[in-house]
Amino acid sequence: MITYLSNNGDAVLAALRQHIALALIPVLIGFVLALPIGYLGVRFPWLYHPLVNTCGMLYSIPSLALFVFLPVLLGTKILSPLNIVVALTIYTVALLARTVADGLKSVDPLVVQSATAMGYRRLRRLTDVELPVALPVILAGLRVATVANISLVSVGALIGVGGLGQLFTRGFQLFYVEPILVGIILSVLLAAAADLVIVLLGRLVTPWTRFQGAAS
Amino acid sequence: MNLSYLLDPAHWDLADGSIPRLILSHLWYVLLALLIGTAIALPVGLWIGHTGRGSFLAINAGNAGRSLPTLGLLMLMVTLLGLGLAPVLIALTVLVIPPVLTSAYAGIRTLDHRVVDAAKGVGMRPWQVLTKVELPMALPVLMSGFRSATLQVVATATVAAAVGLNGLGRLLIDGLAVNDYSRVLAGAIVVAVLAVVLDLVFALAQRWVVSPGLTERSSK
Repeated sequence: MITYLSNNGDAVLAALRQHIALALIPVLIGFVLALPIGYLGVRFPWLYHPLVNTCGMLYSIPSLALFVFLPVLLGTKILSPLNIVVALTIYTVALLARTVADGLKSVDPLVVQSATAMGYRRLRRLTDVELPVALPVILAGLRVATVANISLVSVGALIGVGGLGQLFTRGFQLFYVEPILVGIILSVLLAAAADLVIVLLGRLVTPWTRFQGAAS
Repeated sequence: MNLSYLLDPAHWDLADGSIPRLILSHLWYVLLALLIGTAIALPVGLWIGHTGRGSFLAINAGNAGRSLPTLGLLMLMVTLLGLGLAPVLIALTVLVIPPVLTSAYAGIRTLDHRVVDAAKGVGMRPWQVLTKVELPMALPVLMSGFRSATLQVVATATVAAAVGLNGLGRLLIDGLAVNDYSRVLAGAIVVAVLAVVLDLVFALAQRWVVSPGLTERSSK
């Protein structure tokens, strides 16, 4: 494995870089899109169940089918990385919109009432009170979405753009274990690293959760 | 949206490679993987939940399993074991284990302590506590883990076609190879419908196996 890495270091690094971009850009876009969508599911309660069901349906579309089919819908080239980015953004929104709605629903009504009594208008109350209180739930969903995206990117290799997944198809075609192992290990390490970063960022932005044990 | 492949009756006979045959092979991979994965994960999850030992494993199994790229695992197994059903089953089983294990554990751990204490108090043996109290009461959580595993396996079993096996992935891979997008669309639709139908079946099964005492309370 060491010899494979030293001989193919540049190719592996390029695949890793592409993998990171293909997995994380959709997480960012999807997160930004999921916030208002999830909020709508809470603001208008009749929307909640259709929202959850649509998200479940979207998530059951096989990634391979979405990767192949998006060029037809978007008019992009089949080898364009945009297909992967759009497909993974759809999955991210499907996962996170529900989590955002559930997170906002889990906010104690007493907290919301207190904020209203203190004079918070709807929007300020949402951004300053409800969202921060819902953050631990939302961040848990973000971890799942990020890790899932990192492992899904490699399926893109079947249509020619798949970051580390290209190491899988190359190894498979040559019947050669090394690139496949390198790809799997790097993919798992990348997922673990991204997960850790979100956990640490989460601690940073929700300092109060660390004191909950002492307070209660 | 071109539905011609899906709607062509010629693709619905029972010949090799027809849609019904592909659905059957797809279902076969999915059900085998669910069976093997549950047979492994359920006892372990119940044991961890019952004893409280090894909960670190249960909590982390979920994320570790999700981070393993199925395509890579599948291709690794084919390279090591050769073509066949075994590599596909191994790759799909690895998908089933984490959600089932984690939900079995979580289902028991989140039970009201007093219920378990009461069961011990009336003289139940540990085995009876597990099978007569903990398992039935953990069923709703357990079933939701099992159902999310099912959705994932139905969608992912399409990669079997990438290593030359059957299943609905054939429509995707072959359609792509000859630029027949109507075939790709047919594959995507059939997989999504299959996922929804299976979920419905398991939802009904859940209604049937979960004690009415539990559902009445939760519907209040």
